[in-house]
Amino acid sequence: MLWREIKFLVAKEIRLELKQKYVINGILLYLVSTIYVTYLAFENTITGETWNSLFWIILLFVAVNGISKSFVQESPARHLYYYTIVSPQAVVLSKILYNLLLMAILSVLSFGFFLLLMGNQVVNIPLFLLTLVFGSLGLSSVLTMVAAIASRASHNFSLMAILSFPIILPLLAVLMKVSHTAISSLDWSGLSSLLVILLTINVVVVALAYLLFPYLWKD
Amino acid sequence: MLKKDWWKYLSGVLLLYAIVVGFFVDIPDSMIHQTMRNLFYHVGMWFGMFSMLITGFIYSLRYLRKFKEAEDLVAVEAVNVGLMFGFLGIFTGMIWANFTWGSPWVKDPKLNGAAVGLFIYLAYMILRGSIDDVQKRAKVSAVYNIFAFFLWIVFVLILPRISGESIHPGKDSPPVLPMHLEPSMRFVFYPAMIGWILLGFWIMNLRVRLRKVRLKLDS
Repeated sequence: MLWREIKFLVAKEIRLELKQKYVINGILLYLVSTIYVTYLAFENTITGETWNSLFWIILLFVAVNGISKSFVQESPARHLYYYTIVSPQAVVLSKILYNLLLMAILSVLSFGFFLLLMGNQVVNIPLFLLTLVFGSLGLSSVLTMVAAIASRASHNFSLMAILSFPIILPLLAVLMKVSHTAISSLDWSGLSSLLVILLTINVVVVALAYLLFPYLWKD
Repeated sequence: MLKKDWWKYLSGVLLLYAIVVGFFVDIPDSMIHQTMRNLFYHVGMWFGMFSMLITGFIYSLRYLRKFKEAEDLVAVEAVNVGLMFGFLGIFTGMIWANFTWGSPWVKDPKLNGAAVGLFIYLAYMILRGSIDDVQKRAKVSAVYNIFAFFLWIVFVLILPRISGESIHPGKDSPPVLPMHLEPSMRFVFYPAMIGWILLGFWIMNLRVRLRKVRLKLDS
């Protein structure tokens, strides 16, 4: 039942996104122009460490921009309509899944642009791609939840940033540490504990979203 | 009166004891000399902050079960007092760090944890400020508080252990409990910690009562 609702809602999100192409195009342009600005600003001074930091900071800003619209794009009346026909858990899980898809695409694209403009610094490509998968899941689940919280308050765009930056830090710190390993060595050893922590954060956040979202959904 | 308020007297007595004896007790000779006495005060701030934030978390959970306004008041005041302890902890820590490490702020997982905690809970206050409806504010901020507390715990308790580069003491022990404490100092340290925690609950209690009086006057 829940799974059917989620599938239906994710399909709805995708259709909505394809219908209003300017939103996704806006995020893509934001991504490319931010990377280009940093490329010009950091000309010839890119080391592995700056590459890593820049990549994740840009991805964080792109994610905040892309996900903040999750609960404000549609009208309150339409939310009321969803409220009568689907469960709140299906709503939040479908948003997380959809944002995961979006973040996966955006993170791969920004990796591509980084390769194009700033050269390749990554030694261990499979590990880096794995980090991108975990990163997309983490960013999408934490930021979807924050977007839901911020959408209940006024001036929600600036609120989105101040609410999400501090609580995304634990995730971002682990991600940057793993991807730093991917940049500096081919070695996979010593990573298992970090990957377990990353997975745990993701599972806990999704579970919390599942449990807490119904309170945000009801007025 | 004494039956109900014994813990307030206890807090006063313990803190008086900690302040007087804390300046006379024999301390071992070490590289940080007399500044070691700051242990009784700086660490107490951290204990106070932690106990207040846990209280806030518990009352947010309780609010979501029964939706009683009184529990939301406890949650917000617990966070307020926790923030006060957090700022005092950072200030006492900066004075201490200036003596021992030669600079008021160093890049260290423990210090980052404290700073991020302040950001998270200041954002909580801003979130509360941006919602006018009383019930909606209570509900949304309770959800944020629960969500943020989990991620902050991850940041504070787990990350310093995996990054393994902290110069701040108390890394391998349970949070901030100093492992190698001289017996003479223990007689001051533990009473002081209990005193600070009780003082936190006392201030919180007063502030909750003040809020209730204000609510009554308004209505």
